[in-house]
Amino acid sequence: MIEIKDLHKSYHMGNNSLHVLKGINFSVKEGELVSIMGSSGSGKSTLLNILGMLDEADEGSYTLGDVPIKNLNEKIAANYRNKFLGFIFQSFNLINYKSALDNVALPLYYQGVKRKERAEKAMHYLEKVGLAEWSHHLPSELSGGQKQRVAIARALASDPKVLLADEPTGALDTKTSYEVMDLIQGINDEGKTILVVTHEHDIAQMTKRIVNLKDGLIIDDSKVEQIRASAHV
Amino acid sequence: MFDLERWQEIFETLSKNKLRTFLTGLSVASGIFILVILLGFSTGIQNGVRSQFQRDATNLVSIWAGTTTKEYKGLNPGRRIQLKNADFNAISNKYADNIEHESSFYTIWGGLVNYKNESGNYRIQGILPGNQFIENADVSQGRFINISDVDGSKKVAVIGNKVSQDLFKGEDPINKNISLYGITFKVVGVFYDPGGERDESKVFLPLSTAQLAFNGADNIRNMMFTLKMADDFDQAVAESQAVSAAIETEIKLRQTVAPDDTNAVRVNNTLEEAKKIYSLVDTIAAVFWFVGIGTIIAGVVGVGNIMLIIVKERTKEIGIRKALGAQPWSIVGMILQESVFVTMFSGLFGLILGLGLLELVGPLIESDFIKYPQVDFNTAIATVFILVFAGALAGFIPAYRAAKIRPIVALRDE
Repeated sequence: MIEIKDLHKSYHMGNNSLHVLKGINFSVKEGELVSIMGSSGSGKSTLLNILGMLDEADEGSYTLGDVPIKNLNEKIAANYRNKFLGFIFQSFNLINYKSALDNVALPLYYQGVKRKERAEKAMHYLEKVGLAEWSHHLPSELSGGQKQRVAIARALASDPKVLLADEPTGALDTKTSYEVMDLIQGINDEGKTILVVTHEHDIAQMTKRIVNLKDGLIIDDSKVEQIRASAHV
Repeated sequence: MFDLERWQEIFETLSKNKLRTFLTGLSVASGIFILVILLGFSTGIQNGVRSQFQRDATNLVSIWAGTTTKEYKGLNPGRRIQLKNADFNAISNKYADNIEHESSFYTIWGGLVNYKNESGNYRIQGILPGNQFIENADVSQGRFINISDVDGSKKVAVIGNKVSQDLFKGEDPINKNISLYGITFKVVGVFYDPGGERDESKVFLPLSTAQLAFNGADNIRNMMFTLKMADDFDQAVAESQAVSAAIETEIKLRQTVAPDDTNAVRVNNTLEEAKKIYSLVDTIAAVFWFVGIGTIIAGVVGVGNIMLIIVKERTKEIGIRKALGAQPWSIVGMILQESVFVTMFSGLFGLILGLGLLELVGPLIESDFIKYPQVDFNTAIATVFILVFAGALAGFIPAYRAAKIRPIVALRDE
């Protein structure tokens, strides 16, 4: 599903150059649930941004599905993000003046889906995350866990190939974190490929494979025995 | 532009951000409102000044005589020039083609007028029938002085409305006898004058009668002519100037006055004066336009400013939209379409409000110098479109810049 070869990325700030990714080789098969771990500055967010086409690598190749991701202009990147990827952010990033339903429907709007069909699909995904009765509430009226579940529903709405979650539980308490992980595991069980960036070990243990990053290189990549979040809830 | 989905998205955004929408709208609406009021009053002032000129004919040439100040052909300066009937007739015949109405005047400034026990001092003027048109006098009762009155030196009088009110106290003055310095005249008419009370405090007699009755011989005090107007205003002014200059030369020749003696014979051309006033009015209009355009520029800057703030405030939202797959141009388009819609709607609102106010207040204004303030609707609509266009242009730059921001920058957690 994801194929990365010899990925390099540097940031330039004035005269200083910061080499963040120093040659990453990494692949993810369909249906995997992978966590990317590392301390801050290890390059894990940069890697996720490149995977998410929010940022571009300096060197190396990246293939998503069977599409080579290179020489992207803004237009193509936006199109690919819309079709192939679903994002889950630490701070949820819901649009605060739109209801839960409208937030979930937004990726569908950019796919050109008609209004009625949008609402139906969005409602379906809200039901899936257990928030059907909250569909007309604004994000400000929802708890943190509920907001993240709306964000997950939004990420699922466009039926992407891969879900990218950047510290999805970073702003949540332990109990809520496990509820969100339970949901993510459930989605993975249905066959969706999911990448989770985290620095919390208990969250990483709930995935099927842990990739450890340090100073821009993968130092460890191993499958783990998945711990079901439902056991803790 | 006509994508229904897009409009639904925009209406939703606008209705869920009421304060922002309201503030943008307010700055545009007030700009247009002020502009409409300004232009309205500019038109009002022009109308007012024009109507001030309607009290006398605007193409009027009047000739007065004074004393000479220059020696000429052996004649001393300080000589008093007396205009005669012959002077008037000569001019009248020579320029018959150019002259529309004409009258010469023999005037007693403060003449005593009696009717029964009532009396008053009024200007008594011997005139010719053409004076009715020169004064723009409106005969309300009876008739004006006619040519047979003049030819027969009849002892008839036409009195101003003020004189009629003072002496007759509501009594019908027609065919009643009034007495001027003991000489009896029959009132044959009453006139109104758009110039007001001062111009209605006059008694008109046939010129020949006045000259006979008050020892005037064939002397006249002054003469006035209205000239036929060419359709084109500048051409009319040029013709009028040429004729009045020719008349001046003619009179000076007849009276043996130095051609450059400006005091002995004075020729006054109201069209020339009118031209000055009209150019003043044009200047006023230009000033109002200047202020109006300034207001529009302020409005555009205001809208641009608000757009800048809006885009800044929405940076994160724009980042989210882009992460979810919005094309850069769809972001620019969304922001522009929103701003064009808001400026257009509120611009029209301000326009209607301004026009409504002018319509409502206009008739209530009682001033000689402001009449019928109004705005040419096309001009007003044009200004709304200019504002919308300029507002969109002002909003385009921040919108474009916002669309250029990469989502990771926009989404960075503070």
